[in-house]
Amino acid sequence: MTVVELKGVSKEFHGGTVALQGIDLDVEPREFVSLIGPSGCGKSTLLRIIGDLIAPTAGTATVNGKSAESARRDRDYGIVFQQAVLYDWRTVGKNIELPLELLGWDRKRRKARVAEMLELVELGGFEGHHPWQLSGGMQQRVAIARALSFQPALLLMDEPFGALDEMTRERLNSELLSIWAETESTVVFVTHSIPEAVFLSTRVVVMSARPGRIAEVIDIDLPQPRTGAVREDARFFELVTSVREALIRGGVEI
Amino acid sequence: MRARAERGATFLAVLGVLWGAWEGWRWIGTHFHLTWPFTVNDTTMPHLHRIVQALFQPAQVNGPSLLHILLNASAFTAKEAVLGFVLGAVGGFAIAVVLSQSRFLERGVIPYVVASQTIPLLAIAPMVIVGLESKFGGTLAAWECVSVLAAYLTFFPVTINALRGLQSADPQAVELMRSYAAGRWRILWKLQAPASLPYLFSAFRIAAPLAIVGAIISEPSASIQGGLGGAIVNFNQYYSIEPQELWATNVISALLGIVFFLVVVVAERTIVRRAPENVA
Repeated sequence: MTVVELKGVSKEFHGGTVALQGIDLDVEPREFVSLIGPSGCGKSTLLRIIGDLIAPTAGTATVNGKSAESARRDRDYGIVFQQAVLYDWRTVGKNIELPLELLGWDRKRRKARVAEMLELVELGGFEGHHPWQLSGGMQQRVAIARALSFQPALLLMDEPFGALDEMTRERLNSELLSIWAETESTVVFVTHSIPEAVFLSTRVVVMSARPGRIAEVIDIDLPQPRTGAVREDARFFELVTSVREALIRGGVEI
Repeated sequence: MRARAERGATFLAVLGVLWGAWEGWRWIGTHFHLTWPFTVNDTTMPHLHRIVQALFQPAQVNGPSLLHILLNASAFTAKEAVLGFVLGAVGGFAIAVVLSQSRFLERGVIPYVVASQTIPLLAIAPMVIVGLESKFGGTLAAWECVSVLAAYLTFFPVTINALRGLQSADPQAVELMRSYAAGRWRILWKLQAPASLPYLFSAFRIAAPLAIVGAIISEPSASIQGGLGGAIVNFNQYYSIEPQELWATNVISALLGIVFFLVVVVAERTIVRRAPENVA
């Protein structure tokens, strides 16, 4: 079953700004789809429409065969923002537990899952730390662990590594790919980094601004599983170039 | 440890400077017979050591020491103030929670919350005391009526700050809660309430000494003589003869206020876990 199905999605904000116009997009199970485009192209808005955090003005968003709202109510997805949005008053472990508490899991089951998740994001031993004691990259890993803790089949990510330095970002890109493989999830990923989009994705959706539309969709045929070495592959550079050209054709000045 | 010693030294140094300023001004005033802004003499500005001495002398012939009387009075007033603080804090937070649920409600009610504080406590004390006594005369002690009046003073900073605190949650954190399909109450208890804690404790720091002021002011209206309010009224009458006794009472009242403040600070340190730079 198609995980995300967008049909004619448009969004107009109060004051008449058209953020999105006529978006049609299907995301299949196990895909890793990146949305890339200039700022103001509505890529974050589109992600929020999929997550039912914003309602579209026109068109429909369907997740796992049901309305985006039902999907949100059923906790069908986990979300990660550019900021880690960890709660200062909770420890790392307690932050990861938050969605599990809301789902009504008992304490023992929560603790067991937290231990698993910390292992997955390579943060074993940091359970009792407070968020401000971690680096930006570690905080973002906690946010990913929290988003995946209740095993949603869909992961929505809004520029999750945008605030990190290049080296940390590349390392977390590789980690994210292995988590994606391990959890067998589907990912919709918003970014404004071309190499990041190419490295991570199975498909890159290139958007243009004012109004936000899908300009082109580029299949990324790099072999799986990918390692850091892919970044030095000739095919990688070709794909980076084609994404860049698609952005330029969409009206971005580079 | 060293920081603590430094803070203690600073405190003592400031105390010394204030003591010197008082005695210095006293000396200048009496030496040059200043009449502006006020005439300086033993009545207007008793020696500080005389005020301290007065604490250790009996207030009445063959009676207990003034300190003994004032400590008993402080204990009594503290009891009223603690209950008043708790009532004000709980009530104030509850009002903030209700108001935080709707902009409309907030805009409509906040002016009345502000207006409540423009009415002097002295003006509403008789109404509250007479009202409460006629309704619960048998079950409610006079000191409990005083607590209600103290609460009237303390709820205000709590409501204003708690409201700000409840609204301080990061919008993305609210989105995150919505992504987990959390309802209004879950968002309130899991996110907004903890986010409001630093704001709440800022309010408590103001409210704790206010609770004592409220209790002291309300005691005479409730005809209570055993508290600091009673002691102040009493020593007022003897001010021209023995000013140091009223001064000593004021010092003890101030110390009680400081103790309340410090209790709040200690509670805040143990309860509020925040990044050092995020403490409001």
